[in-house]
Amino acid sequence: MADLSSDFLGIKSPNPFWLASGPPADKAYNVNRAFEAGWGGVSWKTLGEDPHIVNVNGPRYSSMMSNDRRVIGFNNIELITDRPFQVNLEEMRQVKRDWPDRALVASVMFPMNEASWAKLIPIIEDAGVDGFELNFGCPHGMSERGMGAAVGQVPEYIKQATEWCKKYATTPVIVKLTPNITDVLYPAEACLEGGADAVSLINTINSIMRVDYDNLTMFPTTGDMGSHGGYCGEAVKPIALHMVAEIARNEKTKSLPISGIGGVTTWKDAVDFIALGASNVQVCTAAMVYGFKIIEDLKTGLSNFLDEKGMNSVQELVGKAVPSVTDWKYLNLNHIDKAVIDQDKCIKCGRCHIVCEDTSHQAIEYSNNGGDRVFTVIDDECVGCNLCVSVCPVVDCISMVAMTTGTDPRTGKAISTKVSDWTTHPNNPLKAS
Amino acid sequence: MNDKKLTNEEISIKSHRLGKQEIEDNFKDLHPPLSAIEALIEADRCYFCYDAPCTKACPSDIDVPGFIQSIQSDNLTGAADKILSENIFGGMCARDCPTEVLCQQACVRNDHEEKPVEIGLLQRYATDSVLNNDVQLFSRGADTGKSIAVVGAGPAGISCAHRLAVFGHKITVYEAKEKLGGLNEYGIAAYKTINDFAQQELSYILDIGGITIKTGMQLGKQINLKDLQQQYDAVFLGCGLGTVNQLNLDNENISGVIDAVEYIANLRQANNKEELMVGKNIVVIGGGMTAIDIAVQSKLLGAEQVTIAYRRSKDKMAASEYEQALAKKHDVQMQYNVSPKRLLSADSNVTAMEFDIMQSQNDGSLMASGEKITIKADVIFKAIGQKLVTEGLTENNSLQIKKGRIVVDEHRKTSLAKVWAGGDCVLDGNNLTVSAVQDGKLAAISINETLQGA
Repeated sequence: MADLSSDFLGIKSPNPFWLASGPPADKAYNVNRAFEAGWGGVSWKTLGEDPHIVNVNGPRYSSMMSNDRRVIGFNNIELITDRPFQVNLEEMRQVKRDWPDRALVASVMFPMNEASWAKLIPIIEDAGVDGFELNFGCPHGMSERGMGAAVGQVPEYIKQATEWCKKYATTPVIVKLTPNITDVLYPAEACLEGGADAVSLINTINSIMRVDYDNLTMFPTTGDMGSHGGYCGEAVKPIALHMVAEIARNEKTKSLPISGIGGVTTWKDAVDFIALGASNVQVCTAAMVYGFKIIEDLKTGLSNFLDEKGMNSVQELVGKAVPSVTDWKYLNLNHIDKAVIDQDKCIKCGRCHIVCEDTSHQAIEYSNNGGDRVFTVIDDECVGCNLCVSVCPVVDCISMVAMTTGTDPRTGKAISTKVSDWTTHPNNPLKAS
Repeated sequence: MNDKKLTNEEISIKSHRLGKQEIEDNFKDLHPPLSAIEALIEADRCYFCYDAPCTKACPSDIDVPGFIQSIQSDNLTGAADKILSENIFGGMCARDCPTEVLCQQACVRNDHEEKPVEIGLLQRYATDSVLNNDVQLFSRGADTGKSIAVVGAGPAGISCAHRLAVFGHKITVYEAKEKLGGLNEYGIAAYKTINDFAQQELSYILDIGGITIKTGMQLGKQINLKDLQQQYDAVFLGCGLGTVNQLNLDNENISGVIDAVEYIANLRQANNKEELMVGKNIVVIGGGMTAIDIAVQSKLLGAEQVTIAYRRSKDKMAASEYEQALAKKHDVQMQYNVSPKRLLSADSNVTAMEFDIMQSQNDGSLMASGEKITIKADVIFKAIGQKLVTEGLTENNSLQIKKGRIVVDEHRKTSLAKVWAGGDCVLDGNNLTVSAVQDGKLAAISINETLQGA
């Protein structure tokens, strides 16, 4: 069995699965249940200054579902903790006493003045927390008050607040980033400059779930009106993975440890985040959709996967896929893939044909001889776009196979083993000479 | 024939074999409708195939992936429109079609996981939504001034009449029976169409207007083809098969030897099925859907022993595998390769049937093996096919008839000017509701084109 134990910035936990700051980590009752279920750590629901904020007493969550009611995407308009500072502090102190082997990080959100940080950080640390996570990500409500994403969208603010936290904290400081920006590298670099020990990402994405088809209002509403919420759940994972990988492969930021967040639902999602540069992962939506028990499969799934790969620890997986991520301009334009259909596996649905015919390169031929349906790739037209693979309902029925010798029948050009990318392509006006 | 008197104990045909509640339970919906969530989940299983094999397999050309996609998106009116504009009896066909040999047999999910999409149940879900909520999707076209006679108010005739009404023609439907619907009303097994669905569907269809109904009008009696040809701009014959084949045995008219079609019609019309007279030991002669229907329904009415006796082997049966399995599930016995030889009786009541055990020859013909078998029976149901009644049809004209059926071309036009035909009465039909509906539709399109050209 591979070792799942995790050491993130010196914060130890029996596994790399933490509950992200959010409703599941709102109070001792939930956190105790999570730890009983086997979660490795929590980032406690974000603390703010007293007087504590208030939440709406109506829909705080909504979801995008498949027809069989499987939650694909999720959003929320809940704010940070709506309980008094001191109540949270006492509960955190007790939980850490009861669960010394689990990670307990305090998520915090304070205004942009040093005095607040100077006063509150030491008090929180005194409760026994293992570190801090600075919530510069919440895109709703708090951002209207100049906090959350309003800080996370201004690199100078990030740097400043990080510096204040670092100044008064002795434990590690993680900065949680918002995806509601253009290029995540600017905030990440600001974290580095402010002295952050790590970043965690992503927080939620500005979103409106849908319209109420009866009333023609947005949905859901609090009474007659609603407000945008933060989008999360499985649907946001690809966005999060991109941002994690950008930080992990960027020369300036690649030294920053990453806690991966955004749609982690199964152990495979955890593998995605970790292989693309995260050292651990945080989960919120999946727990809110399925309950804490999912930790069992997260743990055994990841452990079995590591065993299959011959890896002894999570650490060995961290960043494994990062070297495969690059800029488009460095992709080998001499590489030629062609789609190949396994006729024995094909169930003759024809989806590959119609999507290629209607929307791509007219590269899959359909013949029907007396009900005998056959779908054949036309190599002369196939550009290897992978659309057919992306819509095929049968696992491993269509694959992209690289041509390594001969001539590409589409272009009539010989296959070249020489790597050639856009930077030297004759059509590039800015090509390196 | 022996002719001893039967004692009261021996007279075993009787009513109330089962109680009212038991009968009600037995004649519940064979396939209960899908709930909304079941329909959404099932609709999600559709791969939305290109040039879909299910549509190709549908005799009435329904765009199956198209209507299922509309179910997926909760556009039930759109889904029903896709179905009903190709097949106005989409509701009945959803209940009655042997989908296991049509659309669902063609589903690519059979290759993937041996479990096709439940197309029939989805079609029912979509059509029920407009029928139950009375969402009328069709309106009569502007009056063309043309009038057309339709003979027979079964699926073929009413399908033709409805499409003609959409085109704006005036239609008069002549029906021999008291109620409309043909076999939808008098023939389909009761557990496939509960709650008087045939009439509910007809009322929805006829709501379009422009269709006058005349019941009690039988070819060869109150009406004849020649007169209709003279009175109307076109005639559609959807008269079905008015009579049944006989065994041609001695004493075939003794008590207890019954036409299955007639019994099923009575069963369908019975308000209290427990009052029907039901035999104790029943033998059904035949190998088609009607044989299965009467055998299963006899069981559901409380018959103790039901045997289907078929003169060829299992694989030659016209009834689908699914229907055969349904019979088996209801404990119906199957006796293959037996040909009726003679009826045994007592007191003019049938008591048993003797069969020749048959052997298939290399050329496919059957020959008696010399061995015999006798099966005890107080009721013998004849389900050996139906026949066209030609009275009122073929006098003084050249209407082409072949193998006892009316010959039509691909547009369902007969050999006579101004006369089209469809449904069970035409040659090369497959005796399915869905095909009858398609015949009516195609004939209406052809009639319309012909009249417009005139």
